[in-house]
Amino acid sequence: MSSWFRVTAAVATKDIVIEVRSKTAILSALVFAALVLVIFNFARDASLVSASVLAPSVLWITFAFAGMIALNRGFNLEKENGALEGLLLAPVPRSAIFAGKLLSNLAFVGMVEAVALPLFVLFFNVSVWRILPGLLGLIVLATVGFVAVGTVFSAMTVRTRFSELMLPMLLLPFMVPPLIGAVQTTTRLFDGRPLSEMIGWLRILALYDLVFVTLCVLIFPAVVDE
Amino acid sequence: MTPPPDAPLLVAEGLTRTFGHTRAVAGVDVTVSAGDLVAVFGPNGAGKTTLLRMLGGLVRPTAGRVRVRGRDLRSGDPTVRRPIGLLSHQSFLYDDLTPLENLTFTARVYGSANPGALAHEALVGVGLEDRAHDPVRALSRGMVQRVALARALLADPDLLLLDEPFTGLDAPASRRIREVLVQRRQAGRGAVVVSHQFAEVWDIASHMLVMMEGGVIMRESPPPDLSVFMAQYEGLLRE
Repeated sequence: MSSWFRVTAAVATKDIVIEVRSKTAILSALVFAALVLVIFNFARDASLVSASVLAPSVLWITFAFAGMIALNRGFNLEKENGALEGLLLAPVPRSAIFAGKLLSNLAFVGMVEAVALPLFVLFFNVSVWRILPGLLGLIVLATVGFVAVGTVFSAMTVRTRFSELMLPMLLLPFMVPPLIGAVQTTTRLFDGRPLSEMIGWLRILALYDLVFVTLCVLIFPAVVDE
Repeated sequence: MTPPPDAPLLVAEGLTRTFGHTRAVAGVDVTVSAGDLVAVFGPNGAGKTTLLRMLGGLVRPTAGRVRVRGRDLRSGDPTVRRPIGLLSHQSFLYDDLTPLENLTFTARVYGSANPGALAHEALVGVGLEDRAHDPVRALSRGMVQRVALARALLADPDLLLLDEPFTGLDAPASRRIREVLVQRRQAGRGAVVVSHQFAEVWDIASHMLVMMEGGVIMRESPPPDLSVFMAQYEGLLRE
């Protein structure tokens, strides 16, 4: 079991070092997130739609699309010089490789979310201090599931000719349940509704995470097998 | 089940691989015992690389199977891959990492107790310790090939699979690879070497096979005189 964690840590650390050095995914995702927020901010007719009504959807659309850019990078860096094959040759469980990639992808998407959230507050002029702990918990809960699915699809599409196009096509349908849950819960959080009104959605998000993380760990070896 | 101590390092039986309607490898048998160096020759498109990738477990055979130390390579147990080191056409290296970081990462994944020291030792072995901290993208083709070789040798594999190992190398580096292969043979390790550079492998190989159109058309052990073989080989290519 210790070897499993060793491989997971090694893969995640390696990805983070490469990304910190190249800044390929993070910079693109951050610029994209800022652009989405700017466009939504100026495309909205403030006299018809208030910022608070639109804010939860805009927040999660920004997270979802910027996250997808970060996810695309996850296995693309394994494509250079056939590095993925080198990794698959190692006498280690492939589930450990998946866990490492999942951790690094969570770090990338988390970093994008950490920068996009203050930008969102700035552009939409919504106060999140009051609900910050709850909102952060919700972001973690909703992000884990779609990043797990995105990691597997990223591994699946990286060997195709149009991986940047294929990933959103495959991932978006699977992102619908966590996005609906996240938007509904965020709306209730902004409205100051009691926890009892959110617990149903939170359970769905937790169940989604549990089911899809487990499924992804199980199917990843078959996905990367030639 | 524990294999007998004298079990061959690798036994491949009836290996076949098709890509669509193209049969890249057709029913090839290969056995590598301790101390064997099997040289694989053949024209472009003969199926040599596909064969090597099947021996390494990177390509699933359409038919046939590969056993490493008596265990099926596709059994699902990851430890069955431990005795294998592979040098491919691709370097398996990350361009944004340095050679030392690449090898340290590999050593860590393979479970080395001291990955940094092992990686440094491997770089010394290929004479690249002075470039240890440069990014891989800043190295020449020959240097990348040497780091890739160090990577393949890092876990001290019993069975080394090399695909065109002499490509891009200068004479001293080629000589060093030959020395490593000879030392490994003497230490009872096995190797399969795919190459177009006959002279580099000829005198150190214990077995030789020639592939054409996916099949083995010539098999000699030990390899015959090189000039005799070249005459035969050129005749086969003309047919």
